[in-house]
Amino acid sequence: MKHVGEYRDGALAQGIAAAIRAEADPMRSYRLMEFCGGHTHAIARYGLEDLLPPQVRMIHGPGCPVCVLPVGRIDAAIRLAASPEITLCTYGDLMRVPGSNGDSLLKAKAAGADIRMVYSTLDAVGIAEREPTREVVFFAIGFETTSPPTAMAIRLAAQSGLSNFSIFCNHVLTPAAIRAIVAGPEARRDGVKIDGFVGPAHVSTVIGADAYAFCATEFAKPVAIAGFEPLDVLQAVLMLVRQVNQGRHEIENQYIRAVTANGNRKAQALVAEMFEPREAFEWRGLGALPHSGLRLRPAWSRFDAETRFEIETVAAADHPGCACGAVLRGVKRPEECRLFGVACTPDSPIGACMVSSEGACAAQWSYGRFRSPAASVAAERVPA
Amino acid sequence: MSRDLFRSRLDLVGGRVEMTHGAGGRAMAQLIEAIFQPALANDFLGQGNDQAVMPLPRSGRLAMSTDGYVVSPLFFPGGDIGSLAVHGTINDIAMSGAVPLYLSVSLIIEEGFPLADLDRIAQSMGAASRAAGVPVVTGDTKVVERGKADGLFISTAGVGVVPPGLVLSGDRARPGDRVVLSGSIGDHGIAILSSRENLEFETAILSDSVALHDLVAAMVAAAGPHLRLMRDPTRGGVAATLNEIAHQSGVGIVIEEGTIPVKSQVIAACDLLGIDPLTVANEGKLIAVVDPAGAGSLLAAMRAHPLGGEAALIGTVVEDDRHFVQMRTAFGGGRIVDWLAGEQLPRIC
Ligand code: SF4
Repeated sequence: MKHVGEYRDGALAQGIAAAIRAEADPMRSYRLMEFCGGHTHAIARYGLEDLLPPQVRMIHGPGCPVCVLPVGRIDAAIRLAASPEITLCTYGDLMRVPGSNGDSLLKAKAAGADIRMVYSTLDAVGIAEREPTREVVFFAIGFETTSPPTAMAIRLAAQSGLSNFSIFCNHVLTPAAIRAIVAGPEARRDGVKIDGFVGPAHVSTVIGADAYAFCATEFAKPVAIAGFEPLDVLQAVLMLVRQVNQGRHEIENQYIRAVTANGNRKAQALVAEMFEPREAFEWRGLGALPHSGLRLRPAWSRFDAETRFEIETVAAADHPGCACGAVLRGVKRPEECRLFGVACTPDSPIGACMVSSEGACAAQWSYGRFRSPAASVAAERVPA
Repeated sequence: MSRDLFRSRLDLVGGRVEMTHGAGGRAMAQLIEAIFQPALANDFLGQGNDQAVMPLPRSGRLAMSTDGYVVSPLFFPGGDIGSLAVHGTINDIAMSGAVPLYLSVSLIIEEGFPLADLDRIAQSMGAASRAAGVPVVTGDTKVVERGKADGLFISTAGVGVVPPGLVLSGDRARPGDRVVLSGSIGDHGIAILSSRENLEFETAILSDSVALHDLVAAMVAAAGPHLRLMRDPTRGGVAATLNEIAHQSGVGIVIEEGTIPVKSQVIAACDLLGIDPLTVANEGKLIAVVDPAGAGSLLAAMRAHPLGGEAALIGTVVEDDRHFVQMRTAFGGGRIVDWLAGEQLPRIC
């Protein structure tokens, strides 16, 4: 019999934390952004911030696919699902993301739209196979880890001659977002200063460590790629502290058990065969970023719900009080949003960052709110 | 009524439930006689009336509870909806410290439901009730049209008697009290998830579904006056139960991650699915809050019982007007243990 947390090498982690405390210069500040929501979640869930000295601060990045999807795309999905012939298949988290006017896929489902929760693209293909009279659309989201499975599913659908399956493609690209954070106009305006990045785990297994070379060469920012185990994150933080101390800016790889310099060439080829970069794609919080999103190539357009059903995405504003944009750029901490814990909680989210467990606001609320007394008292109540 | 009144015997192999099986006529009598009477047989049920008439307990207070079961799939590793419906209600009664006495059962069956499955579920209810020594004394079946129910829903109710002088209630936790957990967490939820059609993954985990009243009796005998409350962490798991207690009692709770027993397969499955074992359902575990003076004898009694061998002291009740449940992680950090937001995955009980 084990105990929760035991297998995660608590003692080892405490040793690394001690090294971080010993090596981090108290006269300096280390503002480190973990790009991935997976890291944000691990940091909050294992209480890692309590182990770091005050001069080392983790800033939560935009690597949460649910969080960066803009309101306009949610609205478009809701409109799509309203057509009686369409069955929209989606991951559970997306159901609760607020669209315009307080709409969500969950509400659309309750109102009668045929929206089904699936666990993978293949589930959606299965539904299309079993129900040939339905137009099955998969709400495809995610970074470079989820585009290869989407490509596989489309290939499978093509091989089995399915004519009632398509995807609403919202796949996005990590390097474009990192570039926007270190160099984009928003970043310059807000003046967010980041001393280094904890690089993505699973995404890096696909795109490879070299994909971040620009961080070091163009922007002199160190990167340490880390796995999703809490121990991995601590190790990466130590690597970054050392790089900063020594004035280095290199792409280091803590996650050598899975990440190579070039990544997974096969997966890359599969994605390249089927997808091409969009000129620009709108991100929540980061705005329209050039070459940051994927769409299906014309040869595969019969699987593209956007062409098939002539979906138009109308840009729509976030809730006026929502600070998701600033949170996603690392400019604000979740508890600095005035809706945090007051009007916005995981039970009734106002912004997308409060929906996914990888979202910075949800992680802070669910795991860390005992550290922010004001917000926590405001809304400590029994969920209905 | 005897079997030869019926034109043909029920086909318990390939037959299916028809609308007539719920219509109150001969077909319904046949269904009850062929499936439920033999599976659940006891003297009270055998009275054959619209109600069961039982003797009054001589002393103590009555505890009563009711629960609906809509678990999907109906059969899962380690149990099925029938045994679950018996265990779940027995446990709800037992958490008051009561000795469960009688159960009732009501089934809503969808037209077309295989009779073989119905028979298997009835047998399983009977076996669970006999093993627990708590008879099903009265019952009802209804059949609804195809598409109006997902196969089968079961609702059970039960009564029990709380021994004189014993008062357990969710509002009785006080700062300084100890929190005790009876065994490893998450087995039921993971067993259910592993058998979901679209989620199938390999695991040897069986549901922990079991009746806990015998363990409760041992706990009451060992530490009755020191016990504040008991609760079984079903839907929402240990996290939900601790939050309920904190709110009901107006206190905070601090638990130690490293003391919470969990099987490594459950951890692996939770990692795979991205869920927290603390929020996963259990059907054969309980949480007790006890005055520190009784914690030692309580733990010893639990560990001496087959259902409490892995019982552990997992935390302490503290003063906190925010009513937080906090956890010291195995890393030495702290975090909140929150209610699950939204729906984890539907219909686990
Ligand atoms: S607390 Fe809610 S509204 Fe505020 S930034 Fe976070 S998600 Fe947006």
